Amino acid sequence: MSDRPATDAGPPGRPRRSTRRLHWPAVLPFFAFLALCFGLPAGALVYGAFTATDPATGHTHATLDNVRQSLKGIYATGLGGSVQLSLLCALLATLGGTLIAQAVVASRRPALRRAVVAACGVLANFSGAPLAFAFVATLGTTGTLTRLLSLDHTGFSLYTTAGLVLAYLYFMIPLMVVTVLPALDGLRTQWREAAASCGATRGQFWRHIGLPVLLPSLLGGAVLLFGTAFASHATAAVMVGSSVPLITVQISNALAGNVLAGQENLALAMSLNMVVIALLVMAVQIPLQRRSARWLG
Amino acid sequence: MAGMTTAAQPPVAPPPDRAPEPRPAPPARGRRPYGRLAVLLLAFLYFAVPVAASLWFTVDDPVKGFSLDVYTGHLVSADMLGSLLLSVELGLATVALGLLLVVPAMVVVHLRLPRLRPLVEIACMTPLVVPPIALVAGVNTVLSWAPDLARTPFYQTLMVLQNENFPLVLVLLYTVMSLPFLYRSLDAGLRAVDLKTLVEASRSLGAGRLTTLGRVVVPNLRPAVVSGAVLSLAMVLGEYTVASVLGYRPFAVWMVEVGGEEAELAGAAAMLSLFLTWGLLLLLTFLAGGRTRRTRRQRTTS
Repeated sequence: MSDRPATDAGPPGRPRRSTRRLHWPAVLPFFAFLALCFGLPAGALVYGAFTATDPATGHTHATLDNVRQSLKGIYATGLGGSVQLSLLCALLATLGGTLIAQAVVASRRPALRRAVVAACGVLANFSGAPLAFAFVATLGTTGTLTRLLSLDHTGFSLYTTAGLVLAYLYFMIPLMVVTVLPALDGLRTQWREAAASCGATRGQFWRHIGLPVLLPSLLGGAVLLFGTAFASHATAAVMVGSSVPLITVQISNALAGNVLAGQENLALAMSLNMVVIALLVMAVQIPLQRRSARWLG
Repeated sequence: MAGMTTAAQPPVAPPPDRAPEPRPAPPARGRRPYGRLAVLLLAFLYFAVPVAASLWFTVDDPVKGFSLDVYTGHLVSADMLGSLLLSVELGLATVALGLLLVVPAMVVVHLRLPRLRPLVEIACMTPLVVPPIALVAGVNTVLSWAPDLARTPFYQTLMVLQNENFPLVLVLLYTVMSLPFLYRSLDAGLRAVDLKTLVEASRSLGAGRLTTLGRVVVPNLRPAVVSGAVLSLAMVLGEYTVASVLGYRPFAVWMVEVGGEEAELAGAAAMLSLFLTWGLLLLLTFLAGGRTRRTRRQRTTS
């Protein structure tokens, strides 16, 4: 596309060829870097997942054992637990994030909007170990709120799935707010006015116009959130350790040889399972983005 | 964050008086702010309470009452400063490498090789599909091949990559992990300016490629470059998974090690990390905004 004006108006022959030759130095390092630092480990991941090395002879042979084992017993529970936790968090964060974003858009106050966007930018990055410690300090066994409200008598414990959901939402809701704000901006006021002048109530507007237009963006955001929750490891590892079965924690344990020595290939097979699930989820998101671009581009 | 509530309050006051009016719009508006206010208030509580409670946790000593011992005493130690410094160095190196690889590639693809565009997009977004723990599992395998390569120069390379004092392998992996951030912000930046015209103007005035890149393209993409860089930097400063699996000790890993022994110290470190990220984002957005504003003012006065 952008080549055509150059052929129309640009200088003839010689300079153009020299520029074409010189494009590659800009692009090549990028692809070489990716092949080496991303392609190579990814290849090793797939190769390792389908092979096993005999510790005695050092001979490597192809096998499906790792994959089979990674889909059985505690590892299946871990994978299922991760998927469930991510689904729940994605659902709640989509809901919460959209409500907050809508409240910000509806108030039409630039100062409020700026404050919320700035706060969300920081909070969306507040994940991992620091987040886990903040929640331990707040709701852990000796946490401030636990002592203040004697939460331990009510049976609440941070070191459960519920506690994890609470902690994950802390960075996922801000992420959703940032993601969904542009889409909510795209809902034109004229559409609302048109619906109102046709006699539609607020509920009818949302049911027949607002939500259908927003749906692809909302689902796209939910998919992104699912991926984020699914991949996150540090928060769970620090906060609950192995007491809630999650695949990321199981992989890091297997890599560290905490469970059994020589489980690296099992860890690779579990990693491959994660990649497959993430790929499936991405495959849902791409057509959605196309659809939302039609209305909200 | 305090601005959230103060700014949300004004709209509540006037609308209820207008409620009895017959026109359709005001009653709807009048009902609305309560729900909106409730949502914002609830959100404010949910996000403010853990920060406030953590701060309280770190200064409230069960025996002595209020004390700042954690902050004045052990938080700032040689150990902590060492890890923090390592994190900052890793972050800066990651941002530099990422920008060096991605900016020229994206600009050239945008201007001259549009057919490569989907390829670059896919290349930049694929790291999203591979969770950090899976990526580091693969890297672990590659690094474990080192003994087999003992007699080749690759062995030396692998050893240099794993240097204790400055693990380049982390920089490489963090660069891979930051590609989606860089791509998203740069793509938005490239769409926002008419780079083609700018580059043609610069070239026709006799500027070379590097001059054009450094003095025309990058300044025009500054907000995008800055936001991509800030997001990458924030990611690196908080990163735990990759570093801990590979056995290095940047800030987040230090925090977890310390947190196992002293919960209050970990809480203090977590707060430090939050305010550090906050300050960083503030500083860099300020820098980005300040520069562009200044150039615009220069342009209008001259």
